[in-house]
Amino acid sequence: MRQIINFILRYKNFLLYLFLLIIALAFTVQSHSYHRSKYFNSANWLTGNIYETTSNITTYFGLGEENKKLVEENKRLRNLLFNQKKEDSILLDTTNITYKVIASQVIKNSYSLPRNYITIKKGSAQGIKPDMGVITANGILGIVENTSKNFATVQSILNTKSRINAKIKNTNHYGSLVWDTKDYNTVQLADIERLVPVKIGDTIVTGASSSIFPENIPIGVIKNFDLNNSQSSYSIDIKLFNNMAAVKSIYIIENIQREEIIELEAKTNNDSQ
Amino acid sequence: MIRNSYFINIIRFVLLVLVQVLVFNKLNFFGYINPMVYILFLYWYPIKEKRSLFLLLSFLLGFLIDLFSDTVAIHAAATVTIAYLRPTIMRFCFGVNYEFQNFKLTNTTKAQQITFLTLLIIIHHLVFFTLEIFSFENTLLILKKALTISIATLILCLLLSSLFSVKKE
Repeated sequence: MRQIINFILRYKNFLLYLFLLIIALAFTVQSHSYHRSKYFNSANWLTGNIYETTSNITTYFGLGEENKKLVEENKRLRNLLFNQKKEDSILLDTTNITYKVIASQVIKNSYSLPRNYITIKKGSAQGIKPDMGVITANGILGIVENTSKNFATVQSILNTKSRINAKIKNTNHYGSLVWDTKDYNTVQLADIERLVPVKIGDTIVTGASSSIFPENIPIGVIKNFDLNNSQSSYSIDIKLFNNMAAVKSIYIIENIQREEIIELEAKTNNDSQ
Repeated sequence: MIRNSYFINIIRFVLLVLVQVLVFNKLNFFGYINPMVYILFLYWYPIKEKRSLFLLLSFLLGFLIDLFSDTVAIHAAATVTIAYLRPTIMRFCFGVNYEFQNFKLTNTTKAQQITFLTLLIIIHHLVFFTLEIFSFENTLLILKKALTISIATLILCLLLSSLFSVKKE
């Protein structure tokens, strides 16, 4: 017994080191396989407030640029509105609405890591829930992963864990959007079969088989593609419409029918087993 | 005197965390170079203090940086590793005289100080990027990132440490 105590006393620093290292590694390994721990993210009270304060100060320097972007977007949307050739009265019945949009701002952006997360204002108190889609005026940005009361973290499309359903515009060829961590303005589209005709400059948009994003949200254009003889699918590089280094105003999309879809899918899976 | 040193270390801790997450994490030089200047805390920390407290503080430092940058606990693992290895590195850099009672970092030569800092940084970055990238297929990428960012960190740490250095008597 005494020897054990002596041993512990002599190696107490090493044991403490081992203990701390194992805690750190356990968190890290767990986060690689599944959703990260609910509490250890930058949406918590301390980090959220610090980021919000600094972002409140720094956004003043970019207000002019930001205004220009918003006016540009308004112009585009007004063009769409004035040229709509449908009946002039729009049904405002809430049962027809599938998607709800919430506006917000980025308070912390990151694009240099292999797994990037963006922190945004607004959290569960403003109706943000995990697995909502996040877009900007130009294109897709990511998916909400964790929320606190007033803040939320978004898993960026620049994240090796991110896989978003995407397709070539005006076709029905679906693939998934992944990132190879090399360049923050380029992502990859995987699983497009070799029979599909692909051209440089084709637009990529979100696909229909996701319950998170509406269909046809722009993502980017094909920069180049590669088809080796041994491969059964293309490797396609996509240049993003978004400038991932300078995102500020964002929109969070809530699919009101999502719960119903998930419930139905879960039920179907249970029945078939 | 003792209370004064506690005070300085607490201020240093808070300031280094804030500077790291609010300035250096947003640098993105060449798209990926973000120097990690908070390693200076381990460089400046008094030598004679209790080692277990030092290990816990280093873990806390790394973990706070992790919270801010959404990296779970990678910074914590890397920082606690160099905190544990610090006495070994010091013996390597300064020889046996670092165990003397009146040893001070400011009394050593510039070359010794730089070697000490460089070793801390390189070990930290190797552990960090191995955990961050987490696959042995990308060994070359790990080495490339560790090397380039080590150089950036070293330059900035040297600048900062000369800016805030304790005056030699």
